[in-house]
Amino acid sequence: MDLLLDGFAAALTPTNILFAVLGVLLGTAVGVLPGIGPAMTVALLLPVTYSVPAESALIMFAGIYYGGMYGGSTTSILLNTPGESSSVITALEGNKMAKTGRAAQALATAAIGSFVAGTIGTVLLILLAPTVGPLVVKLGAPSYFAIMLLALVSVTVVLGSSKLRGFIALFLGLAMGLVGMSSGQPRMTFGFAELSDGIEIVVVAVAIFALGEALWVAAHLRRTPLEIIPAGRPWMSRSDWSRSWKPWLRGTAFGFPFGALPAGGAEIPTFLSYVTERRLSKHPEEFGKGAIEGVAGPEAANNASAAGTLLPMLALGLPTTATAAVILVAFESYGLQPGPQFMTQNEELVWALLASLFVANALLLVLNLPLAPVWAKLLRIPRPYLYAGILFFATLGAYSASASAFDLGLLLVLGVLGFAMRRFAIPVLPLIIGVILGPRLEEQLSEALDISRGDYSTLWGEPAAIICYLVMALVVAGLVAAQLRGNRQDTRTPETEKDEVHT
Amino acid sequence: MSIVIAYSPDIYGRAALEHALAEARLRETSLVVVNVTRGDSLVDSHYAHEDEVQLVMDRLKAEGVDATVRRDVVPDIADAVLDVAAEEHATLIVVGVRHRSAVGKMLLGSVAQRVILDASCPVLAVKPS
Repeated sequence: MDLLLDGFAAALTPTNILFAVLGVLLGTAVGVLPGIGPAMTVALLLPVTYSVPAESALIMFAGIYYGGMYGGSTTSILLNTPGESSSVITALEGNKMAKTGRAAQALATAAIGSFVAGTIGTVLLILLAPTVGPLVVKLGAPSYFAIMLLALVSVTVVLGSSKLRGFIALFLGLAMGLVGMSSGQPRMTFGFAELSDGIEIVVVAVAIFALGEALWVAAHLRRTPLEIIPAGRPWMSRSDWSRSWKPWLRGTAFGFPFGALPAGGAEIPTFLSYVTERRLSKHPEEFGKGAIEGVAGPEAANNASAAGTLLPMLALGLPTTATAAVILVAFESYGLQPGPQFMTQNEELVWALLASLFVANALLLVLNLPLAPVWAKLLRIPRPYLYAGILFFATLGAYSASASAFDLGLLLVLGVLGFAMRRFAIPVLPLIIGVILGPRLEEQLSEALDISRGDYSTLWGEPAAIICYLVMALVVAGLVAAQLRGNRQDTRTPETEKDEVHT
Repeated sequence: MSIVIAYSPDIYGRAALEHALAEARLRETSLVVVNVTRGDSLVDSHYAHEDEVQLVMDRLKAEGVDATVRRDVVPDIADAVLDVAAEEHATLIVVGVRHRSAVGKMLLGSVAQRVILDASCPVLAVKPS
């Protein structure tokens, strides 16, 4: 408890409050704008880590992450275009509500539900993080190797409609992670001296998220504008409250554990929450026509999952969403390595970060409840202006990583790759997680084999490792079984020409 | 032979519509309502909703004016208005004009100004009363 109070003391200094405000403002803005997500924003802002103290920068990034979850709902509800992949489900009922003149209530239940879920999620995080820490310290290299492998497999296999596309992205990422020095020998550098230190992850992240998206938008620049539904100040009646609070809590219960799992993310829990609310609702006839439960549940779930994601990130150094992956890069650029000893060695930083999550959450409620219609005005910004700015920051970010012109060339090449991935509907998340976890996977593997003097059986010599392999086997077996059952639903073609949401 | 009106769903567009309607009756010509967007932002308040376009067309029909509507996503709004005017051999273009500061003009340009300067037929510039 004292630690938490110290954390609040650190989070509430004027500088850090300023960074928190900046973070939630930026986060909400990018959440509102489809195509631009918190992952891209954090990637573009990575250069600030060179001059801003670790605490402030991480508080800002956490604010962006939480803010993105809030902002996405506004676009989903008013425009029927999800601002974020985590708000796809919200659009189902939210937009219907808006069309029947209940936009204000939909926005209100989304914002308050996000606040409730974010707060509960953060409390759970604070309770669990110190208990998970000592547990993971006992894990050896083989267990780490297995956990990371599990994360890679599940992120690739569980999310997205096409496993093949997922694996293409994963192996692209792992291949990029191989570039650099290995045992004193240059590996996959293709004779470029600049590559001998490996590819800067900042460059990869900025290229895939920012440049790829900018090229994609440039290729689809002119589109018939969408119709936005005007909304007043969000408010809720008594019956809206009584219909909302249970879905909020159930959404939180779905969101947090799924966020904490290696194949986390917000897509699955928001979907589960929607299905549950639909089944439990006392007004099933309203579903499909604008039921408030269908907005309250998923919106709570996505914020709780954002809090859940931070648990494996801080305790294991394991990112489960694109945003968490990029935030992890920020940690690394400060020379911090989240993982077993991280929590005890950097107590002040961790608790300041956790306390700042409460601050960010409260700020977001204050910002979003009265200002939702104002945020919707952001959608009027012409895309060329928006993406010109993004390209500027992308170039700046890539160049400042190591002040080399070579990185700019690399940025362009990888940006074209990012564009191609969007064109062929290849998911971005496995690539980015592959780039980040690949080198660490290798490190753990060689450490495990060093200790065992080359005996491979050490890899399944720890209970935690065996559990991971079993889970992996189950996941794969489940998928094969689903395929064999002859459901042809998986063969749907990707809707590449449609507006897709990238996080 | 017709009158082209550069329409947007705001007071300027509505003022232009009223004057165009009066002129169309006076000259006994048809009316072409042009409402286009650059389509480069997700939401464009100058691009009328389907419902609103229908209301405008119903109104014109009720007034006994032969009217057509042109809606499109185009790279340049002023060019699109001028193209339609040339195509329809327009005898008059009606645009709504508003005050613009020097900075506003530099940043956003002015569709009305471009239409007035580049049109090959007379242009009626109207202000909301």
